[in-house]
Amino acid sequence: MSSSETIPDNTAPRGPWAEVFFSLLRSPTFLVGLGIVLFWVACALFGEHFAPYDPLADDIINALAPPSGEHWFGTDQIGRDVFSRVIVGSRDILTVAPLATLLATVAGTALGLFTGYFKGIVDDIVSRILEAFMAIPVVIVALLAIVALGTSKATVIVVIGLSFAPIIARTVRSAVLAERELDYVAAAQLRHESALHTMFVEILPNVIPPILVETTVRLGYAIFAVATLSFMGFGIQPPSPDWGLSISSNYGMIGGGFWWTVLFDALAIASLVIGVNLAADGVQGALND
Amino acid sequence: MTETNALELHDLSVAYRVNGRNRAVLRNLSLTIGQGEAYGLVGESGCGKSTVALTVVRYLPRNGSITGGAISLDGQDVMKLDAWALRRARADSVSMVYQDPGKALNPSLRIGRQLTEIFELGGVSGQAAEDRAIAMLNRVRISDPKSVMQRYPHQLSGGMQQRVAIAMALANDPTMLILDEPTTGLDATVEAEVLDLIAQLRQELSASILFISHNLAVVSNMCDRVGVLYAGMLVEEGPTDRVFSDPRHPYTVALLRCLPRGGQRKDHGRLDTIPGFLPGIGATIKGCAFADRCALATDRCRTELPPLYELDDGHGGIRLSRCHYHEQAQALPRATPSDVAAPARKEAPAVLRVEGLNKTYASHGHALRAVKDVSVSLRPGETLGLVGESGSGKTTFARLLLGLVPPDEGGTIELEGKTLAPRLENRSDDQIKAMQIVFQNPDSALNRSHSIRHLISRALKRLAGLKGAALQARLEELVRSVRLTDRHLAVKPRQLSGGLKQRVAIARAFAGEPRIVVCDEPTSALDVSVQAAILNLLADLQSKEDVSYIFISHDLGVVRYLSDKIAVLYLGRIMELGPSENVFSGPHHPYTEALLSAVPKLDQTETARIRLDGEIPSATNPPSGCVFHTRCPRKIGAICEEKEPALAEAEPGHTIRCHIPYAELARLQAPKQPVPA
Repeated sequence: MSSSETIPDNTAPRGPWAEVFFSLLRSPTFLVGLGIVLFWVACALFGEHFAPYDPLADDIINALAPPSGEHWFGTDQIGRDVFSRVIVGSRDILTVAPLATLLATVAGTALGLFTGYFKGIVDDIVSRILEAFMAIPVVIVALLAIVALGTSKATVIVVIGLSFAPIIARTVRSAVLAERELDYVAAAQLRHESALHTMFVEILPNVIPPILVETTVRLGYAIFAVATLSFMGFGIQPPSPDWGLSISSNYGMIGGGFWWTVLFDALAIASLVIGVNLAADGVQGALND
Repeated sequence: MTETNALELHDLSVAYRVNGRNRAVLRNLSLTIGQGEAYGLVGESGCGKSTVALTVVRYLPRNGSITGGAISLDGQDVMKLDAWALRRARADSVSMVYQDPGKALNPSLRIGRQLTEIFELGGVSGQAAEDRAIAMLNRVRISDPKSVMQRYPHQLSGGMQQRVAIAMALANDPTMLILDEPTTGLDATVEAEVLDLIAQLRQELSASILFISHNLAVVSNMCDRVGVLYAGMLVEEGPTDRVFSDPRHPYTVALLRCLPRGGQRKDHGRLDTIPGFLPGIGATIKGCAFADRCALATDRCRTELPPLYELDDGHGGIRLSRCHYHEQAQALPRATPSDVAAPARKEAPAVLRVEGLNKTYASHGHALRAVKDVSVSLRPGETLGLVGESGSGKTTFARLLLGLVPPDEGGTIELEGKTLAPRLENRSDDQIKAMQIVFQNPDSALNRSHSIRHLISRALKRLAGLKGAALQARLEELVRSVRLTDRHLAVKPRQLSGGLKQRVAIARAFAGEPRIVVCDEPTSALDVSVQAAILNLLADLQSKEDVSYIFISHDLGVVRYLSDKIAVLYLGRIMELGPSENVFSGPHHPYTEALLSAVPKLDQTETARIRLDGEIPSATNPPSGCVFHTRCPRKIGAICEEKEPALAEAEPGHTIRCHIPYAELARLQAPKQPVPA
């Protein structure tokens, strides 16, 4: 009978995710950030092919040579080429930090969904535990974990992943609390859906945007945390040319005027963190439009 | 005419830039509002009403631009004003009141601060500004302005907030007042108060008014002249009473027919609807914009844009209609056949029986009785309408039935003779599928991440226990029965219009062949033409499936159309319960009387108006005796304050909770009693 049923022609031709994608492509912030990150990813994957020297090869005669045409970034105290080490040094940090963030996201999302969905006593107990956990500095957790588990990349991933999980859980929880009040959750209950179905199939797809934002922001912090732990000797172990590790073994040289042994590694860390943060800003802007 | 007009729009065109293309929203709109005149602008959502309001003061969003025409405000060309002059014009001569007063007021400043600020901009400060603020609040009939000045917006009710917003708009004594859906979010009783206030202020002030509303009845009560907007074009204009009693454009004719009026009921016939959709913004329109939806349209309508024909308004003035066949407009055939087979009333046992249902919430250490001692029963194929202001417990009652919130100990809910567990988790699958709901807001009720196909299939799987080919077959049948097509299945809810989304929600509720469907304000977010189609659909489904409805709405015309029985709720108590016709025609409870009187009507036959003072009291601290005595216009004395009246049978099946005996109510409410002027 009545209304002829056509989809009005003014509806958006693209889905919501396509719109986010196109808005990302128009965001200079995101594109610059992405460019920096991709540069370091390329270095991590293929760095050894275009690094002029073997990053691990020592050359005592040329130790502590200042930057020159031969060694662009100079050499360190046992004559290793700093430029090559910076290029290849992105590999470990770009493995450990994303995996740690992934772990944090998965664990945090699950925790956030449970606490936000069940509310009440479950939320109270779990949230207090998570808060207590967040109050302990990462370094102390790392120290304890390393004493217990020994130093390895896996330990670093677990330590950073689990320390960041409560932060992500808190973000997810607040998003879930808002979603839970929407009528589609009541509609699911009126179909006798299980709690797991309601959480993971009904609610989860709708809280992806804040999770995505939090994940990209956390990735920046994770890079920072890995570098810090390596610098303190709890993270990536020698002989890796890792940036944090290199700074840690060379910072004593600054006093002697050998600034190049530290500066370029520090700049590399800074640029990667800035790149990730720019990209995160772009993602946040695109999703909140 | 010697004096300048308050507002003149001449050939105004406005476009919004979307996806890199300019899309026309207003098309060559011309209208004139005289000094002191109230002009109503009506039309469905998306026709450009609010854009008009924004354009007048050049407040368009960043992607909007005026692509042609002229705006003259009090003789001043708005298009030529520089930024500073525009600011002055906005500050001094035009004021706007928006739909949502909660958003117009700053939540972190006290009312007093927000009001005095306006005077301070005008150079008045300190005590003088404060005095003027108090005077403004007095003017909008706020009884205790001093204490209101001390409060924050969230501490005021919606009606009070809107009064404050109006006071702020009037503070500078504007020459032009723009009201954009000022009562749309308010309860009927509060709406009536705000409209009364605006009508009174019109007498006191010289301001001209541009009144924008989708509600034809509101406009008909408030305005001298009305313009009907369609796809950004004026399609009809004229004196309000003429346009509504003798419309000359098929769109106006159709719009008026969509409203359930004059006690129309589902067993008398279906409502008329308007087929098709409004052209999307920026659509290229050759000929008449309404041609695609108009049964009278000829080839001429599709190719030749009708001019605004000037007609005689019968009072020596002119009225306009943009229709080639304006003299035949009222011959527009119905889009929906009205005839229905009246269902044979069966004497079946009750499908639902609710006895002594209570719900108490703990609110800051106080008991809040949201629902108190409610007993109702419902037969198959019947509709129980629940009416009452917001805060009366309608939605809580519905949630109790569905088991979404557990009731207090003691009451019982029986479905087909079997007692239901209070909590959803403890009800059987059969019991769950037997009682479903259509929520008010489909954007909240339909999961935005899932396709329509997923939404309906999931319901069929869980509620009807179907799989595979059987599920597919039933899916197609169900989709057809709510008049959607296969093409709608692949999309996500956000790609559908409000009416189509609500059809999906209805399909989902009907997936498990329910016995009872709770409809919680299912049409309140929809335009009237879409509302009519949804009400027809619900009525059709009911007569086909013999399903019972519990229908919640603040729109009494809508409730009356669909309901067999009505329960009037106030502070969680049933004040009146009975067959729909008896409750509406009366004699009725004084509260029902006030609710009915508050509804704006298109045909102003009624003279006696009853207004309720103040707001619904807090349920944490309900009044003693009869809970309605604080606002009751027919209070008889101390007994009302001391003793709660029982729900007494007035006629068989019709009960009223009032100390006034039924015969006395009948005498008091007798029609056409002489009302002193």
